Amino acid sequence: MIEATPHEIATRLAAHSFFKGLPQALLDAAASGAKLRSYRAGDFLLREGRAADELFVVLDGKVALEVFAADRRRITIQTVGAGEVLGWSWLAAPHRWTLDAIAVKATHAITVPASALWERFAAEPSDGYEFLLRLVPVLAGRIQSMEMQLLEANDVV
Amino acid sequence: MSSRAAAATTHVAHATSTATSLYAPSPYVVKSRTQETSDIATLVLAPAGGPPLRPFAPGQFNMLYAWGIGEAAISISGPLGAGGELVHTVQSLGATSRALFSAMPGTVVGVRGPYGSGWPAEAAVGKDILLAAGGLGLPPLRPLLYQLLSERDRYGRIEVVYGARTPKHLVFYDELQSWRARNDLRFQVTVDAAGRDWYGDVGVVTTRIPDTRFEPANTVAFVCGPEVMMRFTVQALLQRGIPPDAIYVSMERNMKCAVGLCGHCQFGPDFVCRDGPVFSYRRIGPYFTVREV
Repeated sequence: MIEATPHEIATRLAAHSFFKGLPQALLDAAASGAKLRSYRAGDFLLREGRAADELFVVLDGKVALEVFAADRRRITIQTVGAGEVLGWSWLAAPHRWTLDAIAVKATHAITVPASALWERFAAEPSDGYEFLLRLVPVLAGRIQSMEMQLLEANDVV
Repeated sequence: MSSRAAAATTHVAHATSTATSLYAPSPYVVKSRTQETSDIATLVLAPAGGPPLRPFAPGQFNMLYAWGIGEAAISISGPLGAGGELVHTVQSLGATSRALFSAMPGTVVGVRGPYGSGWPAEAAVGKDILLAAGGLGLPPLRPLLYQLLSERDRYGRIEVVYGARTPKHLVFYDELQSWRARNDLRFQVTVDAAGRDWYGDVGVVTTRIPDTRFEPANTVAFVCGPEVMMRFTVQALLQRGIPPDAIYVSMERNMKCAVGLCGHCQFGPDFVCRDGPVFSYRRIGPYFTVREV
């Protein structure tokens, strides 16, 4: 973890393309328990099967989203970089990560506790709505990517 | 008679009067062969005494004939050589393409062409340019990239996004490094899936579109790849604000005659061999998601 004041974290969150323009109260709630973290190449941001309790806001670097095949061979299915977010399994039961995320190179990310977001959504549902409006296109993009990958894997493109 | 019917009649008359040159391939010898991937090879073909082919435009294709086996439409994938050499990149898929893929230096093949429409580079003068290639979609865009770079000052930003299934499926691997090293071109490479030995981007081509830099209203996009990839890529480009008439796609269909007579490659009201393979999305968009065509 890198030492950063709540104000610094709030400022960086507000400038991030995912959070830019979201309601200030939601930004404040997200920043309240957030941490600025630094990862070296090879460090895990999250591991499949573990409790999903944070949103990762990538500031720079590159993160590989990996799954492992039956022979335990690791396969990267997408990389995520600056301006993107990852980790949304905290939104849906069973609240466990469904893949691994590993830094491919030196990476900085802000981790936002899911509990802070849930509390804010409960207090002001319209903030939850605004948040989902940002998140759904990210999820839709991932689904579309997997659709294309599936077609290619089956040689039907 | 409608203007379209008149045009068709004229075309048939022309085709009939020049039937010999239309269907007779010229002999070319395989001068060199580069194995790109396990099933893709790039061939440099040199004239071997036949009548010379007409000059080609980037995006056009030739019919390559493996003697005694069959003919296949193959895009031209490199600039015209000083001695009239042609460059073609072939993927081994069926009997004909497998024979062409396996053709070693010294093998004589037949060539007729060039056919079809090319990439409209003139429409991009003074504008930003985006090239999006998926898999074997890079070879048809390569001559265009050469042309753009040879007259670099005429264009704005040039962004290229190239995706392949895995790192082992990337073509022109050495050239990719030199393109990526240029400072007058931004060339992104991504693969659909990779192991730990790949340090580049992973994700389908569309995942790189948000990271491309261009002025949408002043950009021309050229897209080539599997049809599914093109459908999704076009949607991503439209979402970024590029107008439909500034997006060009190269369609692939089973082409036989290559001159719009046999109908094998009909796509809606068009024949891909004659009216394409390069189409403006505005023209072809209505048929893009129609399963029946």
